[in-house]
Amino acid sequence: MDARFDYLLRQGDNALILSQQLSQLCGKGPALEEDMALTNVALDLLGQTRMWLTYAGEVEGAGRDEDRLAYLRDVRAFRNCLLVEQPNGDYAQVMVRQFFFDTWHYFLMRALLASSDRRIAEIAEKSIKEVTYHLRRSGDLVVRLGDGTEASHARMQAAVDALWTYTGEFFVYDEVERAMLAQGVAPAPDALRAAFLQHVGEVFEEATLRMPDPEAYMQRGGKQGRHGERLGYLLAEMQFLQRAYPGAEW
Amino acid sequence: MDTPAIVPVTAPAPAVTPEQVWDWLGQVPDPEIPVISVVDLGIVRAVVFDAAAGEWVVTITPTYSGCPAMAVIAEDVQAALKAHGLARVRIDSRLSPAWTTDWMSDAGRAALKGYGIAPPVQQVIDISGLANGVGRHAIRAPQVACPHCGSNHTRLTSQFGSTPCKALYQCLDCREPFDYFKCH
Repeated sequence: MDARFDYLLRQGDNALILSQQLSQLCGKGPALEEDMALTNVALDLLGQTRMWLTYAGEVEGAGRDEDRLAYLRDVRAFRNCLLVEQPNGDYAQVMVRQFFFDTWHYFLMRALLASSDRRIAEIAEKSIKEVTYHLRRSGDLVVRLGDGTEASHARMQAAVDALWTYTGEFFVYDEVERAMLAQGVAPAPDALRAAFLQHVGEVFEEATLRMPDPEAYMQRGGKQGRHGERLGYLLAEMQFLQRAYPGAEW
Repeated sequence: MDTPAIVPVTAPAPAVTPEQVWDWLGQVPDPEIPVISVVDLGIVRAVVFDAAAGEWVVTITPTYSGCPAMAVIAEDVQAALKAHGLARVRIDSRLSPAWTTDWMSDAGRAALKGYGIAPPVQQVIDISGLANGVGRHAIRAPQVACPHCGSNHTRLTSQFGSTPCKALYQCLDCREPFDYFKCH
């Protein structure tokens, strides 16, 4: 498989799966403003998905457009990291998952502004402003809920401890990312990891949350298509219409 | 009997200039905020006639990547130019340089305010903004004047509003909530 195609799928699938998860919360937010914010972020991510998957389809050159890539691939062909497929759970889990993703996403997009692939640099340029808003919001909520009541603090710490094991996968490079790194397309993992840990540490300090051990055991496999059982159910719902009525449009 | 003179069925199209096309586009409203045109919003980046292809090319740039209004805007531009007699129009989308609220015209800003939406007050969002941290104290909500009573005594209630481009504010003097077109 072409490394660039795979790399683009990883970006597109991260945005797509997280967007789908946030969309499921539409109408269920704990407050009207939160509900609107969740769906705004979902919409931004869906727009970014289209840019990534459209380009992926062009690089692949097999005639697959963004819709075919989103709706007609099976679970093993998805390249999203494991973090974004973790269940919505309670609001603490939603926000901690978002904060971890936004932080990594922010530093990755900033680095991709300098990608040797012009199209990737353009997509990053378009995305970075949206991602900055996402990160400001999720960082703010981590502080408010972490340094909130006893109950909100406990829930936030539980979410942090549960989701931490899915944050290492961002920085473990396989042959796809090493090829992209060698071509100047993707940034080096160590720089992203240092920035990620520093930012998370600073926000957690203000949030009075305990930072887990960065050297703890980390789950991996999502980027290579080895997913948890749950992703299949998520795709079944997301892809139902196109599977049942192929080519349906409205 | 005289042979009738041959009259061309269609007269040659009058020369249309890019300035004329810009004028027409200046009358195409944004589908979500109809008081402001797509030109005032800064979405239209270029208008050229592609002589080789025999078509007008309008280059637009997306505001937010997922904004559903973009598809409608492309259709509205096509329809408006067709109504003015331009049969062949192509819409090109351009990502870079990325759209920014700095491109919004003064007329557009004034129209927004008159419509009850506070226009963007600062420069483009600072993507290096993490230098200020992103915690509780770092969200430096810009000072936005209430579009209803003009008071600067307002507060941000949510960074995300009813469309991707807006945030929610409330005026602490007249107590009215209002939309703020946020910087981007």
